[in-house]
Amino acid sequence: MNNSFIQINNISKHFVDVKAVDDVSFEIKEGEFFSLLGPSGCGKTTLLRLLAGFEYPTSGNLLIDGTDITALPPDKRPTNMVFQNYAIFPHLNVEKNIKFGLRKLGLSNDEIDKRVKDILTLVKLKGYEERFSNQLSGGQRQRVALARALVRQPKVLLLDEPLGALDKKLRDEMQLELRTLQKNIGITFIFVTHDQQEAISMSDRVAVMNDGKIQQLSAPNELYKNPENIFVSDFIGETNFLKAETNSSDGEFINVSIEELGEFKIKNNLNIPANSSDVVCTVRPESMMIDKEKSDWDICLDAKICQTSYLGEMTRFYVEAKGIDKIITVSSQYFNNQSFDNNECFISISLEDISILNKKKPVL
Amino acid sequence: MNEKNSTLLIYTLLYFGFLYVPVLFLPIFSFNDADYMSFPLAGFTTEHYEEMWSKRNLHKALWASIKVGVVASVVSTIIALFAAKAFARYKFRGNKISYGAIMMPFLIPEIILAVAILIIWVNLGFKLGLIPVTIGHTLFCTPFAMLILIARIEGFDFSLEEASRDLGENAWGTFFRVSFPLYFPGIIAALLLSFIISFDEFILAFFLTGSDATLPMYMWGQMRFVQRLPHVLALGAVIIVFTTFFVLLAFWLRNVGQEKAKKDIGIKL
Repeated sequence: MNNSFIQINNISKHFVDVKAVDDVSFEIKEGEFFSLLGPSGCGKTTLLRLLAGFEYPTSGNLLIDGTDITALPPDKRPTNMVFQNYAIFPHLNVEKNIKFGLRKLGLSNDEIDKRVKDILTLVKLKGYEERFSNQLSGGQRQRVALARALVRQPKVLLLDEPLGALDKKLRDEMQLELRTLQKNIGITFIFVTHDQQEAISMSDRVAVMNDGKIQQLSAPNELYKNPENIFVSDFIGETNFLKAETNSSDGEFINVSIEELGEFKIKNNLNIPANSSDVVCTVRPESMMIDKEKSDWDICLDAKICQTSYLGEMTRFYVEAKGIDKIITVSSQYFNNQSFDNNECFISISLEDISILNKKKPVL
Repeated sequence: MNEKNSTLLIYTLLYFGFLYVPVLFLPIFSFNDADYMSFPLAGFTTEHYEEMWSKRNLHKALWASIKVGVVASVVSTIIALFAAKAFARYKFRGNKISYGAIMMPFLIPEIILAVAILIIWVNLGFKLGLIPVTIGHTLFCTPFAMLILIARIEGFDFSLEEASRDLGENAWGTFFRVSFPLYFPGIIAALLLSFIISFDEFILAFFLTGSDATLPMYMWGQMRFVQRLPHVLALGAVIIVFTTFFVLLAFWLRNVGQEKAKKDIGIKL
């Protein structure tokens, strides 16, 4: 498998006063389900449009399968796109929409018919050939958009928040379907989304973007377990931030004083420098334990519950701990706070669940 | 019905009376068996229409107006289509100024436009005739066509055009396979309205036709002879019927286009 199937080399895209994409470089593997994840305005859609050819970069170059596509117009690129609003041609029926892109490929009529038939089966739209866009549901439109792009057998399929317009239930279904489809046909997918759960559950790798830069590029579980900077830690899942300072370091471990709690030895995966106050410690809500009894964990705090919210599979407790001037969020399968007297509780943290991050980290 | 509503009704009736009663006199007198426009009506006749049909110069003028109208409406609709696309689709430096420049003939008194074209045309050493009239009408019709087309193109989902490019079509293919069919009702409406404006236009034609009269010029020429008035009335009645039909068709098409666009594409997402 080609590890540098798509090469994005020092790509920048500046609009009048905004650096939408700011000197970004990375590679995407052949056959990978790759997500670009970030808040709105982070540059993910611009990057996708640069790959599709709807925008041209201010600087840098783009290669797909060894060919430089930087200056090619959209119709000359080996990519196809599924648009956010699907962009189904309203004056053409489903079949003609799907055939639209086959005309220029120089296929025989038999081959065209076969491809259309196969793709309709693949996206489960058999029997809908004569329908028009306004006679289809949101999910069906999405399948037409998918079929119309895939029928051209592109090297890369670009998907611009294709699930955003669907309701929750359908979205979950389509996530699974898209993932299965991608594995079956083996085409490289580049998927843009602002929904972290979507990106994490579907992708082989995720690039988290903010301010036009890649903040972190890794497998979904790495993103969650080992975020490399504050932005990623905050954007992926929920996190508590604790004020901290580093003291001496012995390479693998570093001594950290966390506000009011004391000094601890923490694993230093990110080569945080010693004697720095430009750091912060994080701990995920679900890695803490809340109980009415004191525990023998590494850290055990005396605390008070301010608010609880019941979420079904778990309950979220908002807790004031002694010495910490911030509300701490703890998730637990404790289903109510009846068992706590006067909302008094203890929060226990294990040192291995505490990560230390630079407040600012040079990004990729 | 309360007092307020009846006042409104009276106002409405007066308003429509003011608008249409004078126009209705034309068809009425065109069937009147007399050479003068005066009451009481003398009796029903269709001979004015027969007389109208027998005038060779009228045929010539009608043909001249159709030629001018077709060329002017096609050219102004094409120009307006490009301009409307640019204004609706892109933000560019100077777009307000260009918009103003295109809309200008809408606001300049027609007589000034006519005199300006006349002076330039004659100074360039060209002969007056249908060509300068066509040029003047193109200029004059473009803003109307553009307003209609902008209404159609605004709210158009431009990702449809991007999708076409993405699916392997070049810019021309995209225009013919996607944009044109979707703009089509607007284009037809713009063509019809431009044609009618050109067909009815008098001032530019008055200054620029020379000896090739257009239909309004022909009518004006006939008004000098009392005995020829009745067949002009008949002609006027026919023109009113056709114009009304075309304008209604144009607006109907425009609305159909917009309704369909809303239904198909949704308001711009």
